[in-house]
Amino acid sequence: MTTTLVLGTRRIGYEVRQYFRQGDTVFFTFLFPLVMLTIFATAFSETSFGQDADGNDVSAAEFYLPAMLAAGVLLSGLQNMAVDIAVEKSDGTLKRLGGSPLPVFSYFMGKIGQVLVTGILQAAAILLLAGVVFQAALPTEPERWLTFAWVFVLGVVTSAILGIALSAIPRSGKSATAVIIPITLVLQFISGVYLSFTQLPEWLQNIASVFPLKWMAQGMRSVFLPDGFEVLERGETWDLPGVALFTALWLVVGLVAARLSFRWIRKDS
Amino acid sequence: MTTDPIVSVRDLRKSYGSFTALDGVSFDIERGETFALLGPNGAGKSTTIEILEGYRDRSSGEALVLGTDPSRGGLAWKARLGIVLQSSGESGAITVREQLTHFAGLYPNPRSVDEIIAAVGLEAKQKTLIRSLSGGQKRRVDVALGVIGRPELLFLDEPTTGFDPEARHQFWDLIRSLKADGTTILLTTHYLDEAAQLGDRAGVIASGRLIDIGAINEIGGAEARTPIVRWFENGPREERTTTPGALIAALQVRLGVEVPGLEIIRPSLEDVYLGLVSTPLEAVPEAVPEAVPEALEGPEGRASRASANDGSANGASANEGAAR
Repeated sequence: MTTTLVLGTRRIGYEVRQYFRQGDTVFFTFLFPLVMLTIFATAFSETSFGQDADGNDVSAAEFYLPAMLAAGVLLSGLQNMAVDIAVEKSDGTLKRLGGSPLPVFSYFMGKIGQVLVTGILQAAAILLLAGVVFQAALPTEPERWLTFAWVFVLGVVTSAILGIALSAIPRSGKSATAVIIPITLVLQFISGVYLSFTQLPEWLQNIASVFPLKWMAQGMRSVFLPDGFEVLERGETWDLPGVALFTALWLVVGLVAARLSFRWIRKDS
Repeated sequence: MTTDPIVSVRDLRKSYGSFTALDGVSFDIERGETFALLGPNGAGKSTTIEILEGYRDRSSGEALVLGTDPSRGGLAWKARLGIVLQSSGESGAITVREQLTHFAGLYPNPRSVDEIIAAVGLEAKQKTLIRSLSGGQKRRVDVALGVIGRPELLFLDEPTTGFDPEARHQFWDLIRSLKADGTTILLTTHYLDEAAQLGDRAGVIASGRLIDIGAINEIGGAEARTPIVRWFENGPREERTTTPGALIAALQVRLGVEVPGLEIIRPSLEDVYLGLVSTPLEAVPEAVPEAVPEALEGPEGRASRASANDGSANGASANEGAAR
């Protein structure tokens, strides 16, 4: 077991190093929420998104910060893993590893570790961009950061596991981005990332509520939006137990699906 | 040291639906031996090697690799194998040295990374990302990754496809040094001179059946190696004979000392091989995959292909060169 953990730790470094050397993944998963935050914060720089209890306007950067953090969790986890593993499956990486004495556990430890490391760096970059460049007011209460921590970690791990499960869908590495990006893009639009969730029609809200991104975005909003903004949510509450429950449920679904679908290679294809 | 074969295959069969890819293949590979599996595309070479590597499951028959059923081989078993796959197209955002160091770390008793980088001739490229390498250089990385774990058994599936002649010769030297270290090797190749250079024994596989097996210089049997004498006498003439000297003496009496267009051709491994695989399958006796003397008469003119030499081969093996 120690060997497995040592190898898994080495895999994390190996995976992170490769991640940052691939220009397209760095752009579409790492920088994308930063670019979007910049666009929103600049385009709506004169717009007020409501007022907090003291009567201060909520700026575009403050309003979109939780949404971009949630989008980052989805991209760094689900999109990154699904495309990455689908490509590795088709280009022979998995076949080579399958013929080596690398334990499957170490392989996934490397993948999840890579998602955690890049996801944390991404979240830090988003917070830095919002706080320093766009002067967004960041929460100071420790309990809010505690909520952020669990929503983030649970969200990233769930997204990564779902990504591993979804990596079975693309039939080739070339089609991976074409299959996966539309899924994450549609989810972002219907889950309150780019569009305000409560402005969506009721039926669309119902559909989005089935998927985990809506809950992760809601959890993030509870951290970064001022008290009182929960009246804009469904049921006029942040519903953090619901956030935990739905995300954890998807984690279990993802684990089962990944366990059933993952193979080192498509045997006998 | 055990005398059990490193690889033992009995009546191996593999079918995909109604298509039979392997139809009862049997052979053994002894410790330290280099066994070349020859055959045309789609004959079943890769299916065989992938079953033995544990990548595919067999439909029936027996297979033992290092004493283990390859369909149930665990990590400790994999650590004793080296696998060079037929193709790999990894994205390779990692340098040659990083990749080799990482893979060396997966094995209990790896070779030195420096030593392997030198052996495959990539010292100058060790800090280059693999994706920036040429095709032949990437292939050398594949080979390096296959041997980094100090395997007891090395699988080489068409290892030198895409190599230039110089790279192939360097590769052969590397394989010879592995042989000298006692590594057992299973090689598939399209290059018959490669099999002749490296192989101790060869099996010829066609349409899923092993149609011949034996020492490299005995493949096809003695009759397949019967020399061919060619000369001009009212047009080109040719005759296969085990006594070419006597035939030439007779020709000299008839046509003079300098017989016009005289050639004596000793069939190369390539000629023997082409003779074997061009034989219709029905002609192959099913029960006795070895010894198919009637299958040996290659089509006329095949022998003139001489050898599969790329021109720079040193012609060291006796069975390969033609007496021209």
